[in-house]
Amino acid sequence: MTASSHKLWRFHGGVKLPDHKAESTTEPVAVAPLPPRLILPLRQHIGEAAVPVVKRGEQVRKGQLIARSDTYVGAHIHAPTSGRIVLIGDQPVPHPSGLSAPCIVIEADGEDDWGDSRMPPIEDYRNIDPVKLRNRVRDAGIVGLGGAAFPAAVKLNPRPQQKIDTLVINGAECEPYITCDDMLMRTQAEAVIAGMHLVRRALKPERCLFGIEDNKPEAIRAMTEALGGEERDNIRIVAIPSIYPTGGERQLVRVLTGREVPSEGLPADVGVVCHNVGTLAAIYRAVVLGEPLISRLVTVTGSGVNRPRNLQVYLGTPVADLIALAGGYTDDVERLIMGGPMMGFALASDAVPIIKGGNCVIAARTADVERPGPVMPCIRCGECVKACPAGLLPQQLYWFSRARDFEKAQEYSLFDCIECGCCAHVCPSNIPLVQYYRFAKNEIWSQERERRQAEAAKQRHELRRERLEREEREKAERMKRKQATTQQTTATDGAEDPKQAVIRAALARAQARKADREAQGTNAAAPVSDNDDETR
Amino acid sequence: MRFKTFSSPHMAPARSVNRVMGQVLLALIPGTAAMTWYFGWGVLINVSLAVTVALACEALMLLVRGRALTPHITDLSAVLAGWLFALAVPPLTPWWVTLVGVGFAMVMAKHLYGGLGYNPFNPAMVGYVVVLISFPREMTLWLSPSVIAELNLSLPQAFTAIFAGRLPDGLTWDMITAATPLDRMQTGVGLAHPISEIQTSPFFGYLGGVGWEWIGLWFLVGGLWLLKRRVIGWQIPVAMLGALTLLSGLFWLINPEIYASPLFHVFSGAAILGAFFIATDPVSASTTPRGRLIFGAGVGALVFVIRTWGGYAEGVAFAVLLMNMMVPLIDHYTQPRVFGKTAAGKEG
Repeated sequence: MTASSHKLWRFHGGVKLPDHKAESTTEPVAVAPLPPRLILPLRQHIGEAAVPVVKRGEQVRKGQLIARSDTYVGAHIHAPTSGRIVLIGDQPVPHPSGLSAPCIVIEADGEDDWGDSRMPPIEDYRNIDPVKLRNRVRDAGIVGLGGAAFPAAVKLNPRPQQKIDTLVINGAECEPYITCDDMLMRTQAEAVIAGMHLVRRALKPERCLFGIEDNKPEAIRAMTEALGGEERDNIRIVAIPSIYPTGGERQLVRVLTGREVPSEGLPADVGVVCHNVGTLAAIYRAVVLGEPLISRLVTVTGSGVNRPRNLQVYLGTPVADLIALAGGYTDDVERLIMGGPMMGFALASDAVPIIKGGNCVIAARTADVERPGPVMPCIRCGECVKACPAGLLPQQLYWFSRARDFEKAQEYSLFDCIECGCCAHVCPSNIPLVQYYRFAKNEIWSQERERRQAEAAKQRHELRRERLEREEREKAERMKRKQATTQQTTATDGAEDPKQAVIRAALARAQARKADREAQGTNAAAPVSDNDDETR
Repeated sequence: MRFKTFSSPHMAPARSVNRVMGQVLLALIPGTAAMTWYFGWGVLINVSLAVTVALACEALMLLVRGRALTPHITDLSAVLAGWLFALAVPPLTPWWVTLVGVGFAMVMAKHLYGGLGYNPFNPAMVGYVVVLISFPREMTLWLSPSVIAELNLSLPQAFTAIFAGRLPDGLTWDMITAATPLDRMQTGVGLAHPISEIQTSPFFGYLGGVGWEWIGLWFLVGGLWLLKRRVIGWQIPVAMLGALTLLSGLFWLINPEIYASPLFHVFSGAAILGAFFIATDPVSASTTPRGRLIFGAGVGALVFVIRTWGGYAEGVAFAVLLMNMMVPLIDHYTQPRVFGKTAAGKEG
């Protein structure tokens, strides 16, 4: 069986890359054993960090909620196994900065016991109510498993004015080395298809398009078989050309539908919602089996490990454990990468855990990553322009970033750069172009932050000045009123000197207070009372 | 285990500057061999001399500027600039002309602007134009392919001619030199001779001039190979030769007795060499895809204009330099459309 014929569009640029996928697909998927300690970062994607709902020393069941996020762009975190919370505090996390961040650390008890933590399975899932589905996806803490880890429930909730006519399912897996989606489609095609039906319930699109790169014939076959003869016209498994970065959301939408997602918009703006195949399988498990997102498929590969393979991994498992399961490092391992080789980031240590968005770990040797020569000046060859899938002029952005001319960089659409790395890959001068763009973006962000802070400070200053002026004014008015009343009394008293009158009044008040104080007892210290003179 | 971290991407790039330059040099070999065949050893001596001078100037300037020698000496860009200069000058050009031209190209046109990647003008063409204007007599010493074939100057004889300015006994410069077909055409048309008559002279072949047309064809072979290897883009050569063909064709159709045919234009002088090897110099050409079409078409049009109405018989060097000047403007107005935005740069 082959994929259905479907009209395909092209996106500008992109590069053909050696795919390095065969290395990790020869072995069947294995389940990684339960590690003794699991490290769960509280922040695993953009948006707010989750807030712990457990205490140190507390016993938790598998699947129990341990940190919750009540913001819209947030996802709960669940215990991947049963055990004891041994630490809530900073641990090294998989992040480009290489810094530590708040985590919950669970010491596994080895029972892997669900207790009563499993969510009630929904048997009749084909007729599930969309609201119930969204809540379940949210309760299960599901995020996009393609790498970006955007909370999935948000993408099941289109705004009312947006008509979603196409559900695009991303099985492209365009980055070299990564094969976890490939293996998932080969081995769990039914779960992916069931997940797709669930998402259809929520979005009610007219058609569903699976985009799978044509370098994965087995996955395409498995998916086509699992789909069966069902609604062939509305649901299509489409083989797309293997051109990096065709699995980028915007690129995939373009290839499958011919529509261009607006520069600062979302696919929903052109009637499309895009979900990753792994996310669909996770949604299926959450709904039908009642399992929150506590494990995922991870590719452990690269020429720096002895036995590249795919593993079903408990979230929170340290990368070092996975490396051991992949036969350990080779002697000449040079770099450890989380994610793909084009957009992933280098890890400073293998002590960091696998998180929800962690699809791949690559151990690379020098020959795989080394630049073939020194960094040379840009010769304006324009290869980067040809390769840029965003239609930018990378070499101009490079000049502007280098010259710190950020205004010009923005004028040349710096923020449309998706950091796919195509430009750097084709650059004959070996210029680390993406690094320059990140630098420029960060500088612009921090300038923006500073500007906003300065503005806030200015506003505070203005408000304070206004307040002081108001107080001054009010004081002056009070004075005037006071003077007016005194003059009135003077006028009625006739001959008496106004100054004498004021003194007399003050004396009378002081005497009255003294009498008051004596009546209450001498121990009542009220030194401040002298201050509430009305004239003040 | 701890690792060093780097910014993505983590895949080794596929190209390098010296590979690009190296492929361009390889592609020059057929045309250079053809030139040697028709014009004798002088061509090879010139190439070797120019390359040596270019490398020496490059090294000197790198030292003066306090830059590391290794990545730049081996990037082959100096070799290419010297080589292209040598192909532009007459085959028995005195050594000091090459020295001045290449020296000017490397020192003034390349390094004083910041070296590789920073020169707004094509260095080889700057050097060529300097000697063309400064030493007009020496620059007209083009040989006649038919005479050279008969005389067959040996390597030592060519060497003596270039370095000592002496020809073998019994030969004079007048005997071996001849105006180029482009020169003959311009002079003939200037004297109001009809082109059909001009072309009856034995210096003209089927396409352009005798010998010259074959040299052009061999440069074309190298150029097409570069296109196939995607070392250069198609825009500049196609636009340049297209514009030249179109304009010359138009005027030729109006009056073939005063205006030479498009075939003659394309296969004479440096049109093909210029289209594939000179105008495509990435550093000094436009970088946007549409910009390259405009740049190439501009070069082609200027070549025709200079050849037809200008003071020089050949205009490739001037045309390239004039268009180099336009590059910032062209690049500014030909930015590609950003994905997800309209052509005007707004949200699409």
